[in-house]
Amino acid sequence: MTLIEDRPDIAVKEIGRERLRKEDQRLITGRTKWTDNITLPGMLHMAMVRSPFAHANIININVDAAKAAPHVKAVLTGADLGDGQGVLINAWAITTDQKTPVHLPMPSARVSFAGEIVAVVVARTAAAARDAAELVDVDYEELPAALDLRENAEDKVLAHPDLGTNKSAFWKFDSAEAGTGGNVDEAIATARAEGIVIERDYRQQRLIPAFMEPRSVVVDPTGEQITMWSATQVPHIVRFALAATTGVPESKIRVIAPDVGGGFGGKLQVTPEEWIAWAVGRRLGKPVKYTETRSESLMAAHHGRDQWQKLTLAATKEGKVTGLKVELLADLGSYVAVVGGGVPVLGAFMFNAIYKFPAYQFTCQTVFSNKAWTDAYRGAGRPEATFGIERLMDELANELGVDPFVVREMNWITHEEFPFTTVAGLEYDSGNYEAATAKAKESFGYDALRAEQKQRRDSGDRVQLGIGVSTFTEMCGLAPSRVLGSLNYGAGGWEHASVRMLATGKVEVVTGASAHGQGHETAFSQIIADRLGVPFEDVEVLHGDTQTAPKGLDTYGSRSLVVGGEALVKAADKVIEKARPVAAHLLEASVDDIEFSAGRFSVKGTDQGLAIQEIAGAVFVAHNLPDGMEPSLDSDATYDPINFNYPHGTHLCALEIDTETGQITMRKYTCVDDIGNVINPLIVSGQMHGGLTQGIAQALFEEAVYDDSGTLVSGSFVDYLVPTAADMISFDIGHTTTPSLTNTLGTKGVGEAGTIASTPAVVNAVVDALRQFGVDDVQMPCTPERVWKAIQSGGQKQQVPTEAAAVPHFDESEGGTP
Amino acid sequence: MTRITVQVDDESYTDEVEPRTLLVHYLREQLGKTGTVVGCDTSNCGACTVHLDGRSVKSCNVLAVQADGHEVTTIEGLAKNGELHPMQAAFHECHALQCGYCTPGMIMQSIDLLNENPTPTEKEIRAGLEGNLCRCTGYHNIVRAVQTASGQEVAS
Ligand code: FES
Ligand code: FES
Repeated sequence: MTLIEDRPDIAVKEIGRERLRKEDQRLITGRTKWTDNITLPGMLHMAMVRSPFAHANIININVDAAKAAPHVKAVLTGADLGDGQGVLINAWAITTDQKTPVHLPMPSARVSFAGEIVAVVVARTAAAARDAAELVDVDYEELPAALDLRENAEDKVLAHPDLGTNKSAFWKFDSAEAGTGGNVDEAIATARAEGIVIERDYRQQRLIPAFMEPRSVVVDPTGEQITMWSATQVPHIVRFALAATTGVPESKIRVIAPDVGGGFGGKLQVTPEEWIAWAVGRRLGKPVKYTETRSESLMAAHHGRDQWQKLTLAATKEGKVTGLKVELLADLGSYVAVVGGGVPVLGAFMFNAIYKFPAYQFTCQTVFSNKAWTDAYRGAGRPEATFGIERLMDELANELGVDPFVVREMNWITHEEFPFTTVAGLEYDSGNYEAATAKAKESFGYDALRAEQKQRRDSGDRVQLGIGVSTFTEMCGLAPSRVLGSLNYGAGGWEHASVRMLATGKVEVVTGASAHGQGHETAFSQIIADRLGVPFEDVEVLHGDTQTAPKGLDTYGSRSLVVGGEALVKAADKVIEKARPVAAHLLEASVDDIEFSAGRFSVKGTDQGLAIQEIAGAVFVAHNLPDGMEPSLDSDATYDPINFNYPHGTHLCALEIDTETGQITMRKYTCVDDIGNVINPLIVSGQMHGGLTQGIAQALFEEAVYDDSGTLVSGSFVDYLVPTAADMISFDIGHTTTPSLTNTLGTKGVGEAGTIASTPAVVNAVVDALRQFGVDDVQMPCTPERVWKAIQSGGQKQQVPTEAAAVPHFDESEGGTP
Repeated sequence: MTRITVQVDDESYTDEVEPRTLLVHYLREQLGKTGTVVGCDTSNCGACTVHLDGRSVKSCNVLAVQADGHEVTTIEGLAKNGELHPMQAAFHECHALQCGYCTPGMIMQSIDLLNENPTPTEKEIRAGLEGNLCRCTGYHNIVRAVQTASGQEVAS
């Protein structure tokens, strides 16, 4: 599993440099290509008619008035589209007997969440389509809606009556059965008799990815191929799924993800809107466009998280953990979405985190409800796991009356112990938790803040200080195909790249990992510039169009650099190997005597040499090549990772709580992450800042709240509290570096680290401030109301539902008056 | 239909618009000024921010007819003779954007903020940008960019 011995000398030139991003120029000047910007001749616009009910039979749909409205070209229902609309696939049945209803883009008989599409209006303008959509008259027969996760797991109300149950799949990992550890029930029994047992129920609230660019899709059926532009993270997966479900050969389908305005997992989906646009475009033979409103996006684009975690931690009375048992209930929403049930399973390998636990068991029951379907949201499965274990380690420390770092140090894998095979069966290649922790504590000023905390506590200050710790690791670089196969995932985890040497000496790089804000164009250019010894400016990175980048598995799971980047390195190396005999031929030397360094092929021991650009020119004209040589240097590589990689870090959060109002103010946030070698520190810091903010937002602000009838209450940015600049502080970010041993560049993923680690750091800080009042948990989001009530009740268990706009952060009067 | 004449990014346009047409839709659909984008339907996100007679407005919250006889500047009109506006340059230098969707509005709002208060504190910057949402950057580098454009010292 170790590649380090064949790692070549990498000239430290571009890699590691704070290169300003290539992609910025068009974005800061407004020369952008968002899907909604696209206008084609004769293009028609679509508006969706959505169910206001969470669960209802469709009795009748009267489209007459809508059809007669000005500029309307068609009004279509699920019955009209019939089988031609295809189905929305689930790519990961977590068990072979997983139950799942057929997921039609537009059902004709029954709706199963509020926001499901029942009809589409097609008109010459977007405004005309929206106006006419109001005129579609749908008769519903309302059915009882399944809305509470725990009750749904007991089948009290059925989300899909035909299925006979809400339970979709039950997934289990047990270390005793797998041979990776002991029996967890025995460990718990022993701890009950002579050690410590911590039992907790934690809620992972429902979240909304809330990317800033609403989803948009354009379908052009004219021409030999049908083209779809979509604001998606996964053009290749969309293309495959369209071919698999709509009867159009894959070779006739082109999917383009132009500029995409954020995703965070939320655009890793095959959507009803895409499939309906596809069906309508083909049926009418005209280009069509659909762009969702923000309200539609919040209501009907997929949500994330939504679990109950029942956790049992067993430890000796000294604080050495002897076993961890995890029982999850996970809300799928109304269907099993593309990765759907697999998201909580991604957490199965991460609850044991950085620790050496002798026994471990993880079970997950996925459950249907009449709410929007859930799927990947930044971190996907791993934030939930990290939250669970990092909260428990704090509880254990509290039980023992020691600093939270004491129990962590007692249980974590020390840096001498790598490579380490965990109780969940993963091999961690490298890491140094001690070093990251020492650096974080110092930068944070841990001891001084603890002293201030004590002083405020002793003096009974109205403002109390909380300090939260989170030490995390994650598995990223999804994913070795063999591992995915063993988990019954429907695809592989490889990535593809091509490197093309142009006649003018410029380099085109094609990657199957399609970006949506991550800065691939810059980071990949840096990698190629070093590898081939060409100027950074001469590298052009192409992606996001299945015609230019025909092979790929797209961007998610912190995989672009560690999987896609590795494919790139391999393709570049093939270019060098193809160029070498040409250089030998032109320099009249033996191939064995040709050395390549910094973009130049030279003859050993002489000053003779040729630049790679000169070789590219010679190959282009092909006048004088070695006999029988194919006149091309262009090369492809498809890389299947051999292992995940495991970034880790220590995060520290200090916050102030006004005990009279429950108001929380962030005071300081420090993190020291080990993400291996860094290609571009600037891009990495941006990923950290954004990731931290999303994780902090889960802890303090965000929740998708439904009312008793299954209507999404937080259905606009007034109520769904994406943090503003005023809600956040500046972050203190540092790094330690242990290169990953599982890829040539020694890199680890970074896209999700901040989100995964920050949520428990913040909640641990909240609980830390409130412990003195007898509080041992505050449900997320930790709103001022919840915090205040926790203080008042002295920690007595209570269920406080999240109010809509719990922390109103928009001044109502400010609503944007011109 | 109402006839309006608007100066947009230093060019004059005369058009027939429906009275209900929003300024943002007029800019995007009739003038092809797609640099200005829409991010919400409740005037909360600020993605659509432009300048109307030199002050920032959310163009989803202004009717096209209200711009009649006025001057609009969008993100596309900021750079002059191929020279970036200092705020655009600062966003680039400070890595204050990732996906870039919030960026046009964020830049327009930041310019307005400095016009009002040329040397704002970090707190004032954060308060001044409260009406503009960004999901990617965590605002850290956006604050740095505004500090840079204002000529102030920037912490890392
Ligand atoms: S689109 Fe104007 S504020 Fe959101
Ligand atoms: S850069 Fe993506 S929303 Fe701000």
